[in-house]
Amino acid sequence: MTNVLTPVLSDNWDADRPWTRESYERSGGYQALDTALRMQPDEIVALVKESGLRGRGGAGFATGMKWGFIPKDNPNPKYLVVNADESEPGTCKDIPLMMASPHTLVEGVVISSYAIGAHTAFIYVRGEVLHVIRRLRAAVQEAYAAGHLGKNIHGTGYDLDVIVHAGAGAYICGEETALLDSLEGRRGQPRLRPPFPAVAGLYASPTVINNVESIATVPSIVRNGAEWFGSMGTEKSKGMTLYSLSGHVTRPGQYEAPLGITLRELLDLAGGVRNGHKLKFWTPGGSSTPLLTDEHLDVPLDYEGVGAAGSMLGTKALQIFDETTCVVRAVLRWTEFYKHESCGKCTPCREGTWWLVQVLARLEKGQGSEEDLDQLLDQCDNILGRSFCALADGAVSPIDSSLKFFRDEYVEHLRQGGCPFDPMASTLFSPVGATA
Amino acid sequence: MTVTPSKAGSNAPAPQDLVTLTIDGIETSVPKGTLVIRAAEQIGVQIPRFCDHPLLAPVGACRQCLVEVAMPGPDGELRTMMGPPGRVKPQASCTLPVAEGMQVKTQLTSPIADKAQQGVMEQLLINHPLDCPVCDKGGECPLQNQAMTNGRGESRFQEVKRTFPKPINISAQVLLDRERCVLCARCTRFSEQVAGDPFIALVERGALQQVGIYEKEPYRSNFSGNVIQICPVGALTSADYRFRARPFDLVSTPSVAEHDSGGAAIRVDHRRGKVVRRLAWNDPEVNEEWITDKDRFAFHYANRPDRLTHPQVRDGETGELRPASWPEAFAVAARGLRAAGRVGVLTGGRLTREDAYGYAKFARVALGTNDIDFRSRPASAEEEQFLASRVAGRGLGVTYTDLERANAVVLLGLEPEEEAGTLFLRLRKAYRAGGTRIFAVAPFTSNGLRKLGATVVKAAPGEEVPAIEQLAHDGELALDGGGVILVGERLATVPGALSAVAVLASQTGARLAWVPRRAGDRGALDAGCLGSVLPGGRPLADAGARVDVGAVWGSTVPTVPGRDTDGILAAAAAGELGGLVVAGVDLDDLADPTAARAAVASAGFVVSLELRASAVTEHADVVFPVAPVAEKPGSFVSWEGRVRPFEKVLEGSNAVPDVRVLAGIADELGTPLGFQTIEAAAAELDEFASWDGERAADPTVAASPAAPAPAGSHRLATWKTMIGDGPMQDGDPAYHASGPTPTVLVSAATLESLGAAVGDQVELSTDTGTAVLAVGVADLADDVVWAPTSSGGVNLGRDLGAGAGSAVRLSLVPAAAPAVQEAM
Repeated sequence: MTNVLTPVLSDNWDADRPWTRESYERSGGYQALDTALRMQPDEIVALVKESGLRGRGGAGFATGMKWGFIPKDNPNPKYLVVNADESEPGTCKDIPLMMASPHTLVEGVVISSYAIGAHTAFIYVRGEVLHVIRRLRAAVQEAYAAGHLGKNIHGTGYDLDVIVHAGAGAYICGEETALLDSLEGRRGQPRLRPPFPAVAGLYASPTVINNVESIATVPSIVRNGAEWFGSMGTEKSKGMTLYSLSGHVTRPGQYEAPLGITLRELLDLAGGVRNGHKLKFWTPGGSSTPLLTDEHLDVPLDYEGVGAAGSMLGTKALQIFDETTCVVRAVLRWTEFYKHESCGKCTPCREGTWWLVQVLARLEKGQGSEEDLDQLLDQCDNILGRSFCALADGAVSPIDSSLKFFRDEYVEHLRQGGCPFDPMASTLFSPVGATA
Repeated sequence: MTVTPSKAGSNAPAPQDLVTLTIDGIETSVPKGTLVIRAAEQIGVQIPRFCDHPLLAPVGACRQCLVEVAMPGPDGELRTMMGPPGRVKPQASCTLPVAEGMQVKTQLTSPIADKAQQGVMEQLLINHPLDCPVCDKGGECPLQNQAMTNGRGESRFQEVKRTFPKPINISAQVLLDRERCVLCARCTRFSEQVAGDPFIALVERGALQQVGIYEKEPYRSNFSGNVIQICPVGALTSADYRFRARPFDLVSTPSVAEHDSGGAAIRVDHRRGKVVRRLAWNDPEVNEEWITDKDRFAFHYANRPDRLTHPQVRDGETGELRPASWPEAFAVAARGLRAAGRVGVLTGGRLTREDAYGYAKFARVALGTNDIDFRSRPASAEEEQFLASRVAGRGLGVTYTDLERANAVVLLGLEPEEEAGTLFLRLRKAYRAGGTRIFAVAPFTSNGLRKLGATVVKAAPGEEVPAIEQLAHDGELALDGGGVILVGERLATVPGALSAVAVLASQTGARLAWVPRRAGDRGALDAGCLGSVLPGGRPLADAGARVDVGAVWGSTVPTVPGRDTDGILAAAAAGELGGLVVAGVDLDDLADPTAARAAVASAGFVVSLELRASAVTEHADVVFPVAPVAEKPGSFVSWEGRVRPFEKVLEGSNAVPDVRVLAGIADELGTPLGFQTIEAAAAELDEFASWDGERAADPTVAASPAAPAPAGSHRLATWKTMIGDGPMQDGDPAYHASGPTPTVLVSAATLESLGAAVGDQVELSTDTGTAVLAVGVADLADDVVWAPTSSGGVNLGRDLGAGAGSAVRLSLVPAAAPAVQEAM
């Protein structure tokens, strides 16, 4: 088959020590910055708008449009905040990117800050990934030393300071307003909107918050143009992106490809489901996106395609589960995660996830009746869209979707009075050929 | 004709500021910015809620108030607000402002909203204990009530509830049962937004989120009781009331707080003839929905064992007080007062307006004297003139609402957080709203002033006058007709200060209000309990005023100007006065408590009208028990000049008001008062129309430069803390424990020169005596120290003979040597 991969962000990952400035510059790094600094900031915003770049953090909001919301007449300083609090189960693209080529992000930060008129930018990195924080800080230091950051960047008179901030490991801090509260030194809990961050974000000043991959994509657009970017992907989902394959797959990892590729194609590239097993279910974009099954192998993995299939593209974190996996068990584990990560601010999320875990734990042990399944769906109905932020919406996605596709498996637990699966068989270290 | 709308009249919104929307099919127009939940209330639709509170910023945390909302699109077509694909997303009505053409469907008309609300209610209840039968809130609980109206009857939850060890102390007074908490953040938002007191916050996350305190600093607030009242469940309770009563066994009566001049509306709950708790009542013009801890918790004084229950007269043979019948006591009192000849009258701050009027008339009509003074504290002739010219009988002046509209408020001789808590909260609201700047002449930046964002003009005690004079020329302050000057009673002790205040007000056009500490003071002044002031602020010196008063009284008014409190006591000690009538005066509050005790002890004949045994009853020849505020009707006059009437709470009480006792004595004296009841006294007082004649002139006392402190001493700045000593605060250990540690504040340099660290014990001394207090640091001048006037058993006047401006010495108390272990 033809290789459909389009390595741009990951193009230099196999270079010698790609995380160094020297290596990055050898492959053309920081040239886009030169180009950008010769442009007017508005021209860069227009370029990004024209490229059709959509936020890679999950929601897919048009990046250029977000930048355009920054009010010009606000006397407060403007801030760029990069959301690097990658914490969702299955999602694993930003951390490898920052680990392999932190300068790609740094260059993107400078260009994006220049475009929105910010002179201070923050990169809020998930606290657990200390190795990435170190690497990112080293890169920022190198960039300062080389004149890519600091005062009078590239002799243009533009100043920018970049602060790499280590979070404390709360999933909720990936929610942009909770991130801002955390960055300001408060407890990470989402803020009431309006005001929106573009008007009153960090320190009540106009703030743009973008995902790592979105910002890291900006230099390539400046370098190659909007048309080049738009030549990849689909009509409304343009460009290339990182697909992260994990779980029961032969060669897990990052696959950078145009938006709209299918799981079937990606699985081919990744050597298929492990050990000759069959695909049972998968998440298109992390645990918050409703599950899909082997019926959906040919769904185009762009925002529209996955949406039409009843799920969301999310962070393009494709977690692959084969037929050895108990879906009830997987869903319970995810739900435990959401219960643990609920910030506690609003009732549906705080109390709802507490209850869901207990019901699912009971069901996994085969205790209960089919009425409990209907009650479980009703509990989800009372959470979805009722909470303060989207965390709880994500929490019910796996439950709703697993009951949609695998209700029989839940019933089987109840019938047998326990889990019909061998949990060992689904582990990655299980012997070849083990069956459920 | 051009009409310039007055500022006060601009409250009603112009029609263009109204927004029209539909709620449950009913069209309504409300001011722009109104939240949907409030708009619904206005048409009588109650949307259930927990975190929402009209006086706190919206938070949208509990999600109980979800409603279905549709908005007109650009084409005018209504579009229901949607959430996750294909689903209607009900909106939190407590955070959503109204919009033109909006269509709201509450639980009454939208099955989706109804189900959403039922769902949230079920979620709130899964971790809530079913201990309503033993919970203080049971029977008056928003969770209980709304679970009945907007919840399902049976719970589907059969799993394990979250539990916590219970309860924990948020403070000595406030207890927290965490498992009952619904995490609405009302308490933490109140503390942050309204009171400004930190160290109570939400901690942890998820279902383990809880209200927490900081381990190293206590939650200390003069307003902590409000968090108990606004808690929508029984999570926060008071040590004082916990497990004391069931709400449905209580009888509730609206009343007015008697602890400061704020005039706060309260609700008094009693059972079987005893008050068991007090709550804030909602009066948007006065205290909104907040009261101080003193107003809430300090009510046990009326039930102390030393409460007087029957008249007593001093036995001629034993020299001891013995019980007497009312007729005997009246007769003995009248006989003694007649024999005493000239008699002075001292009244204290607990008097209601009606009782004060009784004393004012009793002094003039029955005793034939103007020797009467309500100021049971350090005072001055300058103050008397200031009160006569600027305050007495002026009616409603500057109001709470005016403070919110003022461009600047100047605080002189006033520490609102400690001396007028209700006023403090309104000032803080005005400050937070951003339109009102607050300035204070004070010896240091107190916590209270910091919470008001006040600009502090530093002045050592006795040096306030130059600072006040400067304010007129302060470019930053730019005091003008939009400003308000609030003067505390403490300024009376600074010669020239009140004269300077009158000049400042005249020069700048700023409005002026006098803020006494005590609830009864303004009413007593208006009723005529002051030597030179007759009822309604009429000046004694004015013949027309005397005629006015004489006409109502049917007798002539004595013309000799009266002595003030210190003068009356000195005259009694010197034998110039043969007798004293004393009511509600704590001698320790006076400028020289020792001299006052001696004067009362040596006075020829003393009649005491009191609630409880006191230093005065000890020496009195006749003691009459009188009713505390809960056992009589009456009114107080707030610092605004607002009359605050209240009804008798304990209907079964036989205790009589001061007026009745005075009438009994007056009858025996053959000079009847003309009234025997509060109602009759009030009716007669109301006969005095407002005085439209000449008033006393402003005082013009020159400032006298304060003497510098002698070498090795410091000048004392002092005022009373809200929670402190005083007979009307007796009886609630938790209340006292929740107060501040009595602390001497010194400058950092003084602390260093003492060799002390914050929290160490220091000795404060004068030639009269010594007191040991903890030491703390504030931005005081090096030669000034501050200490609470009467806290923790230390009364500076009584124990040190010291008041504001006195020279005091400081020394470090060596830490106690560790106990030596016995030899083996």
